[in-house]
Parts: sequence; structure tokens; C-alpha cells
Amino acid sequence: MSRKTLIPIGPYHPLQEEPELFKLYCDGEIVTDIKWETGYNHRGIEKLSESKSYDQVFFLVERICGICSTSHPFAFANAVEEIAGIEITDRTKYIRSIIGELERIHSHLLWVGLAGHFLGYNTVFMWAWKYREPVLDLFEMITGNRNSYAMFKVGGVRRDIENSNIPAIRKEMSVMRKKLDLLTGAVMDDPVIHARTKGVGILTRQDILDYGAVGPTARASGVDIDVRRDDPYAAYPLVNWKVITARAGDVFAKLEVRLLEMYESVSIIEQCIDALEKMKEGDIALKINEIPAGIGTGRAEAPRGEVFHFVVSDGSNSPARHKIRAPSYTNIATFKKSCIGQTIADATISLAAVDPCYCCTERMAAVYDNSSGKKILNANELIELSMKRTAELRKSGARHE
Amino acid sequence: MDTEAAINKLTEKFSGDTVKVVLQKGRRAIVTVRPTAISAISEYLYKTEGYRFIIASALHTRRGFEIYYHFSFDADGSILSLHVILDGEKPHIESLSNMFGASNWIEREMHELFGIDFLNHPNQEKLLSEGNWADDVYPYRKEFK
Repeated sequence: MSRKTLIPIGPYHPLQEEPELFKLYCDGEIVTDIKWETGYNHRGIEKLSESKSYDQVFFLVERICGICSTSHPFAFANAVEEIAGIEITDRTKYIRSIIGELERIHSHLLWVGLAGHFLGYNTVFMWAWKYREPVLDLFEMITGNRNSYAMFKVGGVRRDIENSNIPAIRKEMSVMRKKLDLLTGAVMDDPVIHARTKGVGILTRQDILDYGAVGPTARASGVDIDVRRDDPYAAYPLVNWKVITARAGDVFAKLEVRLLEMYESVSIIEQCIDALEKMKEGDIALKINEIPAGIGTGRAEAPRGEVFHFVVSDGSNSPARHKIRAPSYTNIATFKKSCIGQTIADATISLAAVDPCYCCTERMAAVYDNSSGKKILNANELIELSMKRTAELRKSGARHE
Repeated sequence: MDTEAAINKLTEKFSGDTVKVVLQKGRRAIVTVRPTAISAISEYLYKTEGYRFIIASALHTRRGFEIYYHFSFDADGSILSLHVILDGEKPHIESLSNMFGASNWIEREMHELFGIDFLNHPNQEKLLSEGNWADDVYPYRKEFK
């Protein structure tokens, strides 16, 4: 009888968005089953929201995720404005979209960098994170914060993007295009990255529909969904852009979708600032007196996929019920499909490919022998295993068939 | 097909099981249905009409337990919410997880937080508080006076 080993990934890391424990059951080097436990850091945000005023809920939901911190306020604003029947000003629409797209760029760059790190390409990691830094500087200039921007409120935004700020944004966007050309060229043409990511962690179209996966995870498997286009909000119907899709459903396809999406984001931001320049400054918020009783659903396309907020108002100052669904909630469940049958070294990048928040992969704790409970490998050794595989491929000059 | 036409088609097909239809502004609709028909209607939406299951939201109100099953029709960006009202004492409803995996986690979550039983769920274990929360205490239930 072969000896099966259990590899726990997790459960805790203070940097994670979603602390959870993945248990990979392995036969030799092949993953045969995966189980998970969640809720290690359940914060009861839905319940907390019922005790806060509508204005305060924005700050609460902004803290659901540190990386895509504006997508939750975005969806919440859409839901509340639907209940109250508020039509925001055009200037507000453009500002909201600029914030949303800047966030997509920095989140995707973060992902590309970490994907590089786990594949043993630390140069990609260094360059992607270097390119991400000026985007955070733009956030600081526009909102005052590098993260958790506190820009949204019911009926508008809290701060304007002044005309004096626009040249800096425009300059960074034109530089960003060149940076993306360099990064995309380096990543997409590398035979070793092809060998490590093509055919790995495949999700079929049916898997996506079954698990209800969203965002780049779905689009990389040929499921052409994007809330920005399908259920238009903010300035997305006012500018020209396209939804990026791929067919293969493997890690490479997800990489491709994310890299090409950043070009679209740059283009959206450029069109938005052009429109802002032609408008009068300051028209950024409507006066809202009260939120009537009613039911509202709000969606926003976060870097990882569709964020969904369901708000029930009883006419008081706080939501009576507030249901939140983040994209990783459905995307993580696809691990059951993408990891089984893979080797442990490939599981690292397969888990990371849906961008469950990259810290998840850092939770690689240890490998235990199931029968004796003896520790065999530690976290760094597991990442080294993945890196070693890349190094071997690189040495042998392997190409994907 | 606009939202209204899609709802008319649904209510015609399941005329005995739809109780109330609320068309909201834009691309939103809420259809209250009998709990016993949830599997058949969901199957029709998912398999025949190509809707995507987003999530379900449970509420505890004076009427009992309510669940909104949110389905998205991505071709026109509409959201159709199937609404069921369950018994306040022993809430139970058929699980949808044997049809699509997307409802697996949320049904476990609703079972854990509200105490709603999902019949024939493949694995109705706790999702959020495994091992450190009492079995018959449901944190999202309310006390009505």
C-alpha cells in the first residue's frame, strides 16, 4: 500500500485576506484530494454592518480586503443608490472608475510579481512590485492614502481629482504602458514560464459555471463575464474598452488575462481623465437626506471578480441586513478541480492562480507524514521545491509541447 | 429578452409556485416562490435559461426565515432573486448543491448562522466556526418581542 501524506496549507497569517486551512492529500508527489477549513478570522462584518450608519458602513466594508479595498465600497454604493434611486453626477462616475481601475492595475501587478516569485523568477517579482509603487503614490496624491482610500460615500465621492493632479496621472499612465510592454514581453515569451504554467491547473468552462467562479479565473476559461460591461455602472458605459478572455483555462491563460487587462485599465483611466478635464471641478456629491425602505443589489468588478452586495433597508439609518459575497468565495472552491492530479510543486502555482490573495500560498506550513505525524518539509522548502523545478526546466531548455 | 419578458416566461411555466413578483427599477426582479419548488425553478434557470448562481442571502424576520437566491443573467446584466419564506420554528428547504457547487458553501454558512436545514446537502458541516461554537446556537438569529 502506498503511503499517503497530508500537506496542510495554512491556517493563519496576519497578512491574509482570507485565512483558511487547505489540506492537500498526496500520494507520492501527486495531489489526490483537497479539503479546507475556513473561518479562522471570521469578523462578523455582515452583522457589524447592521449596527453602523450607512456612512460608517463604507469604512467597514473597505476593510474586508486590503488589496482591492475600493471594490466593496463600490458595490455597497451601487446597492444603496439603487434603493434610494440616486443618479450620481458624471464627474463622480469618472472619479469612481479611475479609483477602481488604478486598483486593478496595482492588484494585478502584485499578483504577477508573486506568481513570478513562486515560480522562482524573483526578477519578475522585483520589477512588477517596482512598477506597482508609483500607482500607490498616485493613490496617495488623489485620496491621501496608499490603501483603504475612503473615497466613496452615498451619492458621491469624498474628494475631487483636481485638474492640477491630472498631468501626474497622465504621465504615469503613459509610462505604465511601456512598463507593461516590457513585463508582458518578458513573461509571455519565456519558454520556462510556458513550461511551468501551460496545461497546469486547468479549469474547464463547465467547472467555472458549476462553481460560479468569476473574474479573471472565469474569463481565462472562456466564460465571457464582466460586470463592468454586463451590468454597467459608474463611467464604464461612457468609455471604450474591451473584456479580455482566453480559452485554455490554465495558469498561463489567467496570467495572460491579467496582463492584458491592465492595458485596458490604463486606457479607461486615460479616457476618464480626459473627460474630467473638460468638466467643472467640485461637482462630486449629492446631498442625501435619508435612505428609504427597500431592497438593493449592488455589483462591482473587483480585480479578482464580481463583488456582490445585497442590502435590505427598513428606512432607518442602518442596513437591516447586509449580505456580502467576495469573488474569492466562489473562486477558492475551484481548487477542488484545479489541484487534484497535479504534483505538489504545481499545486503551489495552481492555488495561487485564482489570486485568492497571495498570502494564502505563504501559509505553506509543513509536510507531515500521515501515519507518524513527523514533519518532513517546511514552508520554505516547499517553495524551494517549486523554484527548483523551474531551475531544472531552465537548465534543460524545456519547452511546452 | 428583457427582464420583464423573462419573468413572465418563468411565472407562466411555474404559475402554481410563484406567489409574488416585484420588478424593481433597472435590471432587478424579486420572485417569491413556494419553498417546495425551489429545486425545480433553480434547475430551470440554471440548466435551461443559462442563469449563473451568485449567492443566497438569508434573513431572520417576523415572518420567519427568508432566503433570497440571487441568479445573474450575464447576457443582459439582470439579477433575478428567488425569494422563499420558511417556517420560523424548524426552517428547512431542499439543497441546491447537488445541482451546482456554487451553493455548497453558502448553504453550509446559512445552516451554521441561521440554523436552516438544507435537505440532501452533500456535506452540511460547519463552514466558519468548525469545532469552537455550540451546536444549537445560531449567531445571526434575532429575538423579536
